[in-house]
Amino acid sequence: MASASEELWILGIDMTKFGKHPDKDIVDLASEAVQGALADAGVTMKDIGIIGAGNLMMAMAPTGQMVQKQLGQTGIPVYNVSNACATGATALRVAAMAVKAGETDMGLAFGVEKLAGAGLLAGGSRSADSNTWTPHGRYGAVAAVDGRIGTEIMPGVFAQIGLEYGHKYGGTSFELFAKIAEKNHSHSTLNPKAAYTKKMSLDEIMNDVMIAYPNTRPMCSANCDGAAAAVIVSGSKLKTLSKEQQKRAVKISASILTTDPFEEACQILPNVNTLTRNAANQAYEQAGVGPADLDLVELHDCFATAELVHYDNLMLCEEGGAADFFNSGATWRDGTTPVNVSGGLESKGHPIAATGIANIWEVAQHLRGEGGDRQIEGAKVGLAHVIGLGSACGVHILEKSAA
Amino acid sequence: MAKQIPLVDYLVLGDDPHLVAHECTSCGARFFDRRNACASCGNTAFKPADVATTGEVRTFTIVSFAAPGIPVPYVAAVVDCEGTSVRGNLINVTPDAEHVSTGMKVRLATEVIGTDDEGTEAVGFGFEPLGG
Repeated sequence: MASASEELWILGIDMTKFGKHPDKDIVDLASEAVQGALADAGVTMKDIGIIGAGNLMMAMAPTGQMVQKQLGQTGIPVYNVSNACATGATALRVAAMAVKAGETDMGLAFGVEKLAGAGLLAGGSRSADSNTWTPHGRYGAVAAVDGRIGTEIMPGVFAQIGLEYGHKYGGTSFELFAKIAEKNHSHSTLNPKAAYTKKMSLDEIMNDVMIAYPNTRPMCSANCDGAAAAVIVSGSKLKTLSKEQQKRAVKISASILTTDPFEEACQILPNVNTLTRNAANQAYEQAGVGPADLDLVELHDCFATAELVHYDNLMLCEEGGAADFFNSGATWRDGTTPVNVSGGLESKGHPIAATGIANIWEVAQHLRGEGGDRQIEGAKVGLAHVIGLGSACGVHILEKSAA
Repeated sequence: MAKQIPLVDYLVLGDDPHLVAHECTSCGARFFDRRNACASCGNTAFKPADVATTGEVRTFTIVSFAAPGIPVPYVAAVVDCEGTSVRGNLINVTPDAEHVSTGMKVRLATEVIGTDDEGTEAVGFGFEPLGG
């Protein structure tokens, strides 16, 4: 049985193709990813001791049990979790914590979302105004405030986060943010599981529909359907499995979840910086590696403006140096720190609850040397990061097996 | 003059319109919604504090695409009002990247957002360029 000092490994992991799946519901999508992960691990539902199930848009549903009813009702505990865009990473953390705590030696986590055609997320607080002004809610508002007192839409919130970074450190422009999207839309051309695989020129990106300056449509995460799943095994259990399983297993060197600590202004505009920096610091310490050791990074580019600030938050560059870092070419797939070689949320897509496991799948593919046309040669260490606004941040550091 | 009601309860109307925050009596953290305790220090006592009516734009976005019923484009911003951050729209300014920038000096301004069936005007607030 596992102990508190137990190592955590990913034994199997898979994701569906992201995109439009009009004929599949969340049970179909989740089951496809889970079956893929189980097959990849070389185990069955009978070997699994716990399930962490992630879904956001239908969070009232017992998603984990629905998948059990499709794939195997073994009576094990299921934890259905919802944690904004960090839902997938949170589901994975639930399975990881159970294995770490010794409650079981093998856990399953999945995240699934149906989001194709969902349009703008949030900003829905403007219901019809009443015929007589009546204060209601936490601010005693007599009418809806979205659009009257700032914005609640995600492209606008993250636009402000990017421009705030530019105000503090300089070096940013509409064109710079658009170039980040150009990179990610170029990267996804090599990823057959991405929702969008069409290269876009800088002109096309800058002249596309403006959503919230400076984010045009292709600079926003792509709403789509998809699922991802992973099997986590304890280090001691892994030793009893086949040489092939040990060779393909990916070590979870750090698994961290943080929330936003109080700071002035954090309840005015969400601060996605400090909790990411805190998570990264804890992750680097837990893994015993530093940013310079990373061969690739999958970070939460929910908007082009977000990717820039996370270069800094994850300490991939010096403080304040994110614009120069990007301009150096460092984050392109042939750069020193490839970022979002999958195409990222902007081009691979962002089926919310699937994202936090799909990012880990991407890193695992490269560490196993199974990245196909987009393989980052010789990748040994990678980092996966997600942010859920509200806020929660998940950071995982993964390492290639020495077996 | 028509009867008026503020859009939100932290907007004080009258001759000198301003915002009022709940200020923690222990650490000074300021909040605009009703409070159980201070998110910074846990203290449970608050006093009303007037927020400065001038400030500097710390960040903004120009929203061109919004939920139905919301007029676009509009400029959403965070304004640093002498140490207290405030969320609000920038008003009385052309909503484009040539006329709006971070670091702009602004002041609080009010505007009527509508009149209800009883003739009462709801008054909202925004920030307009200073000396513009």
